[in-house]
Amino acid sequence: MDPRASQLLLLSLAAIVAGACTREERRFSDLAVWSQPASLPPIGQALSPDAVGAAQPLSRPLAHSPYDGNAYAVNEGKRLFTWFNCTGCHAQGGGGEGPALIDRTWRYGSEPGAVFTSIVAGRPKGMPAFAGKIPEQQVWQLVAYVRALGGIVRLDVQPGRSDSLSVRPPEVMLKHRNPPSPSLEKPR
Amino acid sequence: MRLPLVVLADALGSHHALAPSGPQAGTIARLWWLYLAVVAVVCLLVVLAVLLAIARRRSRSSLPEAPALADTARPAAEPARALRTLDPARERRALRFVTASAAASAIALALLFVESVVTANRLEALPKSDALHVEVVAQQWWWEVRYPDSNPSLQAVTANEIHIPVGRTVVFQLNATDVIHSFWVPSLHGKGDLIPGRPTSLALRADRAGVYRGQCAEFCGNAHAFMAFSVVAEPPARFDAWLTRQRAAPAPPATPAEQRGQQVFLNGPCSLCHTVAGTTAQGHTGPDLSHVASRSALAAESFPNRRGWLAAWLLDSQHLKPGNHMPAVTVPPADLHALIAYLESLR
Repeated sequence: MDPRASQLLLLSLAAIVAGACTREERRFSDLAVWSQPASLPPIGQALSPDAVGAAQPLSRPLAHSPYDGNAYAVNEGKRLFTWFNCTGCHAQGGGGEGPALIDRTWRYGSEPGAVFTSIVAGRPKGMPAFAGKIPEQQVWQLVAYVRALGGIVRLDVQPGRSDSLSVRPPEVMLKHRNPPSPSLEKPR
Repeated sequence: MRLPLVVLADALGSHHALAPSGPQAGTIARLWWLYLAVVAVVCLLVVLAVLLAIARRRSRSSLPEAPALADTARPAAEPARALRTLDPARERRALRFVTASAAASAIALALLFVESVVTANRLEALPKSDALHVEVVAQQWWWEVRYPDSNPSLQAVTANEIHIPVGRTVVFQLNATDVIHSFWVPSLHGKGDLIPGRPTSLALRADRAGVYRGQCAEFCGNAHAFMAFSVVAEPPARFDAWLTRQRAAPAPPATPAEQRGQQVFLNGPCSLCHTVAGTTAQGHTGPDLSHVASRSALAAESFPNRRGWLAAWLLDSQHLKPGNHMPAVTVPPADLHALIAYLESLR
């Protein structure tokens, strides 16, 4: 093989490997993502959305989702989506009692912080507040998965197949791409 | 982290396919010893034959001397005549010997095959009348154990520690929720796969009281190596007492610390995944904790059930069992001590 071609091959392999690292690493014990215990509400305190929203500063800047480029975390979010019964209201993203998550409408915006707040503090019209119930690392995994459902997360990070009976195409095949800016649904 | 596993295996006692404690494992072990005997004899004979062949070749070689170096320049004009001429009598003897050996091998293999089939039939023939039925549902990476009853309120649910009565057949109904696992208690039986969506069953009997370690024998993900369980065989009276305790809800917390711990449990993330009978904690994605303090080990027999280990598990379970589904429980220290006190009260 002529030296230039082999150098090119080596460089491209290195680029692939370097790019793939963050996608594939499995951060089981992700201490950086957890908030300090003080940011969780004291046990026994009322967990009303207003109290939680007012008392807890977000542990991450609004724009940053720690798991958007991590396929393992997005898949964990997919598992937790069923485990914590998000499917009870949102089905497999198609919605029901709750709004659909695989469409282009984001009532409160698609920024990671907005989705985080929806899960942790709840929202009007029935979204429960999961502060203190779901550990923060798992909330960020769910945030990454909800954004994956909405098509915001990179294609190679999206889950490729369902682990249960499929009722819709897997996330990687959902044909939609969201605009980054939030759009409000018409009030009912 | 490795050392406790070794210590635990010793402490738990037999975990040895060649130390059977029940008829099923005994049948399998007998077959194993038969195979070992036959294979050892065959191996010895083959080795002897090879040595003999080498010795005979050396002593009665009729090949000519290797040509001198100067002669290699000459083309090999007479290669055929350099070969040893065949002796018809010796060839006939060799043919008879090879035929006899082939026949003996075929007969030995046939006998081993017949013995295998007989063994398989014997394993199926364990009498199952008056058997105890236990349902085992394998999840990543723990074992859900149910003792069903025709009366639903008498059903007992536990995790990772299976109690059975000595001398009575137990039929395990095996199922799984996510991927294929395998149920293996070497001292009591061979392996039985737990396949999602396809129930299987395994019948065994323990003839000696003791604690028998089992483990998952089908690779099932990150924490497959930490997916062990134990089968505790005890006299029928003790088993009945244990089952009665498991069927009942645990006693309500008595001391203030335990009561605070119950509040931490119910208001925090624990209740989302775990069940404690008699409380509002009815999560079904993690092991049932109603009687967690009665078990001798935690996290699918990964470490002993003691206060220090429990605290370590709560604070950073990923360090002890990487990849498992339990998140870290970040509670203030006072709440952690209360939570541990409460969990230790769940006998």
